[in-house]
Amino acid sequence: MIYTPSALAVTVFGLFVALTLGLSFYFAGRTRSAQGYFAAGGSIPWFVNGVAFAGDYLSAASFLGICGMIASYGYDGFLYSIGYLAGWIVALLVIAEPLKRMGRYTFADALDSRFKSRAIKLSAGISTLAVSVFYLIPQMVGAGALVKPLLGLPHWVGVSMVGAVVMLIVITAGMVSTTYVQFLKGSLLVLFSAVLTVMVLNRGLTTEPTNPGYRPPRATREVSASAIESLTASDLGLANCEVLPAKGPWRDRPYLRTRDDKTGLVTVWRKTPVSDSAVMYYETQTQTTTAEGRELVNGLPHGVGPGETDFFPVGHIERLPEGASHTGPLGPIGFFSTLEQSQIMLWSKDPVKIVDDGATTTVFYPQLTAGSDVLLPGKSPTFQGIRGDDLYAKLNFLSLMLALFGGTASLPHILIRYYTVKDQAAARKSTVVGIASIGFFYLLTLFMGLGAMTSGVIDVSSANNNMAAPLLAKSFGELLFAMISAIAFTTVLGTVSGLIVAASGAVVHDLLTSVAGLKLTDHEKVRAGKWAAGAVGLLAIGLGILFEQMNVSFLVGWAFSVAASANLPSLVMLLFWKGTTRQGITAAILVGMVASLAWILLSGDTFKDVYGLPATSALVPFSQPGIVTIPLGFAVLVVVSLLTREKSAAVQSD
Amino acid sequence: MAHWDHGGNKTGDDASPATNLRNARIGMVLFVIYSAFYAGFVLIAAFSPATMAERPWAGINLAIWYGFALLGAAFLVAMVYSWVCRARDGS
Repeated sequence: MIYTPSALAVTVFGLFVALTLGLSFYFAGRTRSAQGYFAAGGSIPWFVNGVAFAGDYLSAASFLGICGMIASYGYDGFLYSIGYLAGWIVALLVIAEPLKRMGRYTFADALDSRFKSRAIKLSAGISTLAVSVFYLIPQMVGAGALVKPLLGLPHWVGVSMVGAVVMLIVITAGMVSTTYVQFLKGSLLVLFSAVLTVMVLNRGLTTEPTNPGYRPPRATREVSASAIESLTASDLGLANCEVLPAKGPWRDRPYLRTRDDKTGLVTVWRKTPVSDSAVMYYETQTQTTTAEGRELVNGLPHGVGPGETDFFPVGHIERLPEGASHTGPLGPIGFFSTLEQSQIMLWSKDPVKIVDDGATTTVFYPQLTAGSDVLLPGKSPTFQGIRGDDLYAKLNFLSLMLALFGGTASLPHILIRYYTVKDQAAARKSTVVGIASIGFFYLLTLFMGLGAMTSGVIDVSSANNNMAAPLLAKSFGELLFAMISAIAFTTVLGTVSGLIVAASGAVVHDLLTSVAGLKLTDHEKVRAGKWAAGAVGLLAIGLGILFEQMNVSFLVGWAFSVAASANLPSLVMLLFWKGTTRQGITAAILVGMVASLAWILLSGDTFKDVYGLPATSALVPFSQPGIVTIPLGFAVLVVVSLLTREKSAAVQSD
Repeated sequence: MAHWDHGGNKTGDDASPATNLRNARIGMVLFVIYSAFYAGFVLIAAFSPATMAERPWAGINLAIWYGFALLGAAFLVAMVYSWVCRARDGS
């Protein structure tokens, strides 16, 4: 869909960015030392740190990605919410306090506190950089996707803008300004998501959304399934048009085409079974690239000028229980129980492109879906395997849920936040505040996603439906849209700042000071940190532009799997097994990182989405590595530790 | 090994080893309970999808109730842990 930027949205957006930068400059004067720059001097109050956890963690993938996935497929997006939050329990109960006790600046600090080993610093520093960069790419891609409709700017401008603003935030005041930006963004995100949810519940459910531009797809009369070879327009109850013969590539597809008598416009209809003996046809939306390279939407040139057209927003409830057309305001329980008994019109994209006379057509079609089906796991392509009998598909699901569970507590940008508070009790309390804010937000994702699904705001042409939440806000007015979009943008800023601080900390403390043995003064460390932040920022901009077409949630999955496989075994075993040796830790990090990356690169998802090869030629049986590579990390750590035990005890100080 | 020590931020070793050990034990017990609850959800979703479709209460299916219970339980576990540890800190 083509979005026209509104003056209000641009103004609110500008105010948010100004506020964010203002905060950074305010704190810049206070940050002089390395401890101030990298760990905010351990001075952040626990409540602020707790909300900043939410601001750090609730990335664009959480807000835009999860809401978009729920709006497209229902419950499946909520599986991510559940897994992401459960990961915090591992962080709170297992990792938080020992980490705070042992480390000072970086995740490698804590791992290395017992051994003082250069190899541990090097491997942990590399894994921090790898995970941070993997996590940065989807944030930057998300920023580009957001700026495009909001400000009408191309993708690369959006990515560069985010990069520039974030580099300013991080370079001016490091962890202090980053923390307060995250605090601001965390509070606003949770608050405005709550406002949006209350508005969704207050509006209730309706079969007739009033969103501007929305209209339901037209439907034909029911016809006998045996008579579809020779249908006429009047058989279908359509006037002023003729049915085109099913020739060429259209012959074996479930479509029927009609041509308007006056305008000559061709409409594509999708066959939908009504019973064993009857079918009907629903109007679809099409996107065609002609042999000359022009883009057509629904048969007309794509645009907003005269003689042009754009996709119309869709997604509505076809039937409410007892034939009602509006429910009026609903409570949370009433919202779900009504949806369970409703019929929802969901839209899908036909994966098969139709090539006819040099023109390539993609068809987006509506499907009547039971509400009870939408409220169950397994509707999306990612998770549909769990409804079948294929064991590998089920293992893939278990593997992802395991990576989400173990990944949070292994993400370097989350771990470093434990160093910004003064003691273990503050680390604990801030985690509780973090869990409360994040859990409350995830609860709201289901209402926002399902609200978007049924409010006539869905953009069929958006591959991942990432704009579902902002577009839902738009159905309540421009101001809310402007606020939610600006918050989403600040969301990217907050998370990217945290990642860049984590990465620059790893470069300065783990790689430069500890591994390369450079002796830096406090002031030089801050300066090196700023240079590192600038370099990582530029790298992130470059990768964000390069990976424009990559699916955001797919990349986040990579980051979680690599973090869980590389870091979790060492963190846990160091805390709970006295036999752990430095060689064991180093080996576990390297094997976990390389194995999970290799698995991902050889998986069906990567073959299909990245290399453009058939998923069936993949070299590993399922795509998510966690269930294999996390236990592998533990096994390598135990075996290597046992083999090197005595030697290590003798040379413990390396 | 002084050159490894680049000064700056202090570590937060503010509690006695005995308190740390007690906190770790409580944490581990709560962790096992929550992990079992989470594993139950994941295993039912993977191996008995029909169970998730059942509507135990108020016309809402088990998938939604269980999902919300997991979010609520995370908060509850966090509160219990925080409360128990605080009582220990004080003692």
